[in-house]
Amino acid sequence: MRENKRKPLKLMNRWIRKNLFATSFDVFLTLICLAFICWALPPFLKWAVFDADFAGTTRDDCTSGGACWVFVKMRFNQFIYGLYPDHLYWRPNLVFVISGLWLAALIFPEWKGKRKLAFTGVLLGPIIVYQILYDGFGYLEIVDTPQWGGLLLTMIIAGVGIACSLPLGIILALGRQSELILVRKFSIVFIELWRGVPLITVLFMASVMLPLFFEEGTHFDKLMRCLIGVTLFASAYMAEVVRGGLQAVPKTQIEAAQALGMGYWQSMSFVVLPQAIRIVIPGIVNTFIGLFKDTSLVVVIGMFDLLGMVKAAFTNREWAGYSVEGYLFAGLLFWVFCYWMSKFSQKIEKKINMDKQSSGGKAWNLS
Amino acid sequence: MKHLRIKVLVGLLLSSSGFGATIDQVRKKGFIQCGVSQGLPGFSEISGKGKWQGIDVDYCRGLAAAVLGDPAKVKFTPLSAKERFTALQSGEIDVLSRNTTWTLSRDTGLAVSFVGVVYYDGQGFMVRKKSGVTSAKQLDGATICVNTGTTTELNVADYFRANKMKYKMVVFEKSDEVVAAYDAGRCDVYTTDQSGLYANRVKLKKPDSHIVLPEVISKEPLGPVVRQGDDQWADINRWTLYALLEAEELGLTSVNVKKMKSSANPAVLRFLGVEKDMGKQMGLSRDWAMKVVKSVGNYGEIFERNLGAKTTLKISRGQNALWRDGGLHYAMPVR
Amino acid sequence: MHDLKDIPLWRQPRVRGLFVQILLIVLVCWVIGTGVQNTIDNMSKRGLASGFGFLSDPAGFDIIFSMLPWSEDHSNGRAFLVALLNTLLVSFLGIVLATVIGFMVGIARLSSNWLASTLASIWVESIRNVPLLLQLFIWYFGVIQNLGGTRQSMAFYDVVFLNVRGLYFPWPKLPHEMLIFLVSFAFLFFGMRYFTLRHFRSKRVFWITLVLFTCLLWLLSGATLAFDIPAIRGFNFQGGAVLVPELVALLLGLATYTSAFVAEIVRAGFLSVNQGQFEAAASLGLNRAQTLKFVIIPQALRVIIPPLTSQYLNLTKNSSLGSAIAYPEIVLIFAGTVLTQTGMAVEIVAMTMGVYLVISLLIASVMNKYNSWIMGHGGG
Repeated sequence: MRENKRKPLKLMNRWIRKNLFATSFDVFLTLICLAFICWALPPFLKWAVFDADFAGTTRDDCTSGGACWVFVKMRFNQFIYGLYPDHLYWRPNLVFVISGLWLAALIFPEWKGKRKLAFTGVLLGPIIVYQILYDGFGYLEIVDTPQWGGLLLTMIIAGVGIACSLPLGIILALGRQSELILVRKFSIVFIELWRGVPLITVLFMASVMLPLFFEEGTHFDKLMRCLIGVTLFASAYMAEVVRGGLQAVPKTQIEAAQALGMGYWQSMSFVVLPQAIRIVIPGIVNTFIGLFKDTSLVVVIGMFDLLGMVKAAFTNREWAGYSVEGYLFAGLLFWVFCYWMSKFSQKIEKKINMDKQSSGGKAWNLS
Repeated sequence: MKHLRIKVLVGLLLSSSGFGATIDQVRKKGFIQCGVSQGLPGFSEISGKGKWQGIDVDYCRGLAAAVLGDPAKVKFTPLSAKERFTALQSGEIDVLSRNTTWTLSRDTGLAVSFVGVVYYDGQGFMVRKKSGVTSAKQLDGATICVNTGTTTELNVADYFRANKMKYKMVVFEKSDEVVAAYDAGRCDVYTTDQSGLYANRVKLKKPDSHIVLPEVISKEPLGPVVRQGDDQWADINRWTLYALLEAEELGLTSVNVKKMKSSANPAVLRFLGVEKDMGKQMGLSRDWAMKVVKSVGNYGEIFERNLGAKTTLKISRGQNALWRDGGLHYAMPVR
Repeated sequence: MHDLKDIPLWRQPRVRGLFVQILLIVLVCWVIGTGVQNTIDNMSKRGLASGFGFLSDPAGFDIIFSMLPWSEDHSNGRAFLVALLNTLLVSFLGIVLATVIGFMVGIARLSSNWLASTLASIWVESIRNVPLLLQLFIWYFGVIQNLGGTRQSMAFYDVVFLNVRGLYFPWPKLPHEMLIFLVSFAFLFFGMRYFTLRHFRSKRVFWITLVLFTCLLWLLSGATLAFDIPAIRGFNFQGGAVLVPELVALLLGLATYTSAFVAEIVRAGFLSVNQGQFEAAASLGLNRAQTLKFVIIPQALRVIIPPLTSQYLNLTKNSSLGSAIAYPEIVLIFAGTVLTQTGMAVEIVAMTMGVYLVISLLIASVMNKYNSWIMGHGGG
């Protein structure tokens, strides 16, 4: 057909016409956007890339007026590992590799035993990670939890938080649907309580008040207190997510299971829950993304996750004044993780929706 | 500290009784957990090489030498002003050596005990030179940056009320944020203990364009703190501090302390544990004081090393000299 | 059919249900009871006082931004109230701003203009994936603190000033005459409305009489409209009203963060309306504006309102992050300064969490009512 012979320039012209200059309002909009880009982008690029310092080792190497990325380069290890002793970096690296492999195994298409792997990962993961990083079941050198920091700590808090809140959330979701009045009311109260308060107050409560609730002498690690607070908080959100999944499983499934003679717990664990959880995997990933971002709050109770380490680094006399570079780097790291996780979640959601009939409207424009 | 999770479960299921004496726990752990600040030059900060340094840090090292025989057996926990007392009360740390002001309400109302004064300080103000202010009495209507959870907040309120001046106060969680805000121009005045003013001035963009006003508006005796109810541990802390001062009085330094074992001065011999065992009743070894001085030096050495003329702070002894040199430090006799 | 009596007790579902519930009550009581007992023991062992008496003690500190008059000898209880009002203020302003920005960005994303929709996508994706605390730090420590000092303020027509100490703008002076005028104006307005609409049934009559009588009232009361313009006196600007930079930074941070989520919700809402609705409306003879107003938007709103509610809730809870940038809201003032000065950890943390819980439940119930009103009234 003739379209194939059209020159690329003409095609581009057509595209510009259609997408940028279709109506007079469009023209106006395009001009405003272009003006904004021209105003904002060049100064930023100049500061961040063209004038910036990349080479060097101390602050004296940051002579130009641009960004001082030397700072990020020199403190990079601290941002990732915190104050973990550097001759023992193989242990956090091992944790990263194991988690990466486990996640990769789950992402790839169906294979036998995938569910078992997911299950064991969620249950045993926290314990294995803790042992590797702390003292390797007693065989390795002890590294105390205050030294775990940076991205490592962020991932531990988010990962352990989700892993521990998943079972709790499932139980709460089941409880919320229960026919037993007390169980239902208790679940509702528990869920609404933790959903109605900000995470920062939960962390305060965990770090300041938790020791009071227990017998004197039970010594609570700060990380442990933080994890307890985060788990309780996340379990409420997880309960709502799982509830959505439970409601999406057709009632006929439960009836079929009962017809087969299964009791409540049997039908739940073998028939309903597997389907429900599969449906809400995107929701679980979204909760994880939210938790991943919320771990930055632990800087307020004196723990040094990625954001905390960045802040501590530029308040040091050596690198004072380079706060913007630090914040941008931390922001970039968070963005990379969260963006790819949300893309992954969208992909799964699409896959799940393709299995069902979709009824949403087609895309159309408003302007 | 092993297997914390199991310990939590055990603690839940069984009932444990009481903290147990701190010294027993410390001996069992093999180190002292010392609470320090999050970075105050001269008092407690991490050097470029990752080592802690400062007078509060040296105090804890001396304590470790006295109790465990080795000044390296200390672990430091950086704490903000807000969480320092909770950390001590809950048992997370064994001693709080964090430039903490000794006041009535803290001593009596928080279930902690102050064991002495390491540094006599006072609260002061810092302003920009070009504001033209030369006295604190000219600060009517100023905006002041402070760190939350400190006596600084309350002292400012008292001072301005007493002098019938108006002010606005911006409150931050971390002292570094306070310094940054002052530097950025958010406030006219930066206030904290005078030692802190000198220490943090080096963090400013142009240290020489700021001056410290002459007025000292409060007494800030800074010292170590322990939990209430553990007298033996409090005694050990108190007498470690006195040992540092007494060593300076007797002329003992980290260099000559071993040689002084053969001194003719009976006070020295008593101090070093040659004649009498002064440590037994506290549960310490005979030569506890000698170990302290050998590892961190006497008070004068500690002061010079961290705050003295050769450091960036250049603080003079002033009120912190010994009583016989016109200062306020007076050690109780070790006998 | 077996009789119920023949089935062993432990197999009957009702009995088991009862047993489980009793077990739950026992467990919960034991946990709470032990917790409370331990807390009381620990507090008395450590000599910590308890009770709410501290609320009437003088606070002893200053608060930079307060909607009520404040001085250090006011009580801790009043400090709580001031902090609560600050939280509500920033939440309300943030919700309004976030909704406006979010709708604009959401609609831009659906635009056929490639540039506009791409920029909107960039906005949403970059803001959504970075933690709010980090964004607040960038707004406060990065942007606000790089503004000029008092003498280098950015001035807008010499009446509004922006500098590192805050946003200063004129505020009307309110002497007695002005207050009298305002109050009588309120009476006049509602009185006129009732009277003219009842008897004349015409909006035009209402407006004409209102304007006439207002002018009369103005002349009679002798009020003058004067503004207090901020000017530099001594260290700072005096006069006018000020929004402290902490508030500005918190507001901008919260609004932009929440707007990204609102944009997505709005986009999903409009996408959920079937395209056939557009054609049906056209076939009924409605023009574009009418279609939007009567057909599309009500249907879209039904999908938008529930998740929008939860975003409003999130914004209110996220206002607690203002404590990290010195904004005097509940967490900084009450669970911060008051907590460290009095040491009453349990009471204060309980009150703080309680306040947020009440606010959350209130917003949720208001939105639920609005939601059911929408379901009943408008759309489809």
